[in-house]
Amino acid sequence: MTATSAAPAGPTVTTRRRSPLAQLARAELTLFLREKVGPIWGVGFPLLLLVIFGAIPSFRKVLPGTGGLTVLDSYLPILVVISLALLCLISLPLTIVNYRERGVLRRLRTTPAGPMRVLGAQLIVNFGMAIVTLVVLEVVARLAYGVAFPAQPGGWLITVVFASAALLGLGLFVAAVGPSARASAAIGNLVFYPMMFFGGLWLPIPEMPTLLQHIAHATPLGAAWEAFQQAAVGHWPPVLALVTMAAWALVFGAAAVRFFRWE
Amino acid sequence: MGEVIEVRNLHKRYGETVAVDGVSFQVQEGEIFGILGRNGAGKTTTVECVEGLRAADEGEISVLGLDPISDRAELTQALGVQLQESQLLDRLKVAEALDLYSSFYRDPADWRELLDVLGLTDKAGTQFRKLSGGQKQRLSIALALVGNPRVAVLDELTTGLDPQARRDTWELIESVRDRGVTIVLVSHFMEEAERLCDRVALIDKGKVVAIDAPASLAERAETEQRIQFRPSVPFEDSLLTSLPSVSGLTRRADVVVVTGNSDALLEVITTLSAHEIKPRQLRVDQGNLEDAFLELTGRHAEAQVAGR
Repeated sequence: MTATSAAPAGPTVTTRRRSPLAQLARAELTLFLREKVGPIWGVGFPLLLLVIFGAIPSFRKVLPGTGGLTVLDSYLPILVVISLALLCLISLPLTIVNYRERGVLRRLRTTPAGPMRVLGAQLIVNFGMAIVTLVVLEVVARLAYGVAFPAQPGGWLITVVFASAALLGLGLFVAAVGPSARASAAIGNLVFYPMMFFGGLWLPIPEMPTLLQHIAHATPLGAAWEAFQQAAVGHWPPVLALVTMAAWALVFGAAAVRFFRWE
Repeated sequence: MGEVIEVRNLHKRYGETVAVDGVSFQVQEGEIFGILGRNGAGKTTTVECVEGLRAADEGEISVLGLDPISDRAELTQALGVQLQESQLLDRLKVAEALDLYSSFYRDPADWRELLDVLGLTDKAGTQFRKLSGGQKQRLSIALALVGNPRVAVLDELTTGLDPQARRDTWELIESVRDRGVTIVLVSHFMEEAERLCDRVALIDKGKVVAIDAPASLAERAETEQRIQFRPSVPFEDSLLTSLPSVSGLTRRADVVVVTGNSDALLEVITTLSAHEIKPRQLRVDQGNLEDAFLELTGRHAEAQVAGR
């Protein structure tokens, strides 16, 4: 470098080197909020469902044999699960595939940051958004409709972590195998709607035929729902549900790493 | 002056297609080295191997003494890259992008100064998607330089830019070189290489056909002179075609184009004035890098490069 170099010469204050991952996560968060689609879908849609369900008089009825739980009480874990699925299965893959199509990942491969950190930053931001969404849901449900906070907050938090891991793994896999943004959106939806069914959005899991119940418990959303349900009424999440979610996270996370293409 | 990049016998195939077929060259410290060729000649594949984005099938590459694949992490610190057609995040602002990229490097440049040098200071708060083509290109150059690289590889730098933006970019590249950065410039645009490069490698069908200074290549091509004019009075072709130095004559409407060797200009002018014919709008074209390229690659079709 010559004297005209842009490198700071002489007694410059050695600024603490900033972590590329933290900087990327910050940039991704800025973009996520600027993009508006993520926040509106991820946070707005479940909130809207909550408001709609809350406005239906029959949802305020106490369910017989539950010790005072209303229909809405039993629906909140489902909404929580849906919010997670929206972020992880729709929003995350779309962003990543879009980056790949536009050459963003390719460009980052030529920098010391590398694309792995970009994916890491995406996971951090989506996980953070998931937490925010779920807390907003719980708080609004509590304040507006008197739905109690989870009686076992520790169990609730553990479930958030396991469910996010399972769904983020699945979302990464969708991003890895989707050849284009369009195809990824299609695959995401193809995964999303059956998952929603097994998460009990349309038919609560306990009311399903036995065979479907078994299938439901083996899906990440079904397992997550069960764990959230237990946390809501004061129990720790069942080990089987946690194992199920961990297995989804590992299998699809590993498959995503194996099949991921940077360009 | 040491060798900054050394490529030896590089081969790369995509399935059945041979993209690069035994390319070798060296880039010296502090020079602007051009890699020229038609679209699909193998230029981009070659530099992608240098950047470590692709693994070579065969051959050796050393960049600053590093192997692009196995020493990747170290290489990215010292090699700045501008990729052909790679986009930034749409809604990221110019200053945010530079600040973000500078956090990736051990010893980044002052990106505010880069913004100034590139004339982007008043666009610092503008989102990428709202920049013009020229501004995007300049930002892309800034991002390639923000890590204070010792070598910068710039691929199709001025494609899609208007003539003014192109000239500004050329000046910028020269100023970057003056800062001590070695530059590899990939281009299919001969005028660009002629103007900027100290040496160029002409690549055709995956092979290097020549490596030399642009002026030496143009000389080596021994091309004919082309003399073009509008005669004040009509005349017979034979008046000029009978001259020993003239090899051909064609007419396009009332414009006459005469080709011939280096003596042709003098003989043609003398003969015309002896017959009191004035050659109006006289133009003489010498051989240039493009002619050299065409001659060396032996293909004349599809050679007209856009933007001339």
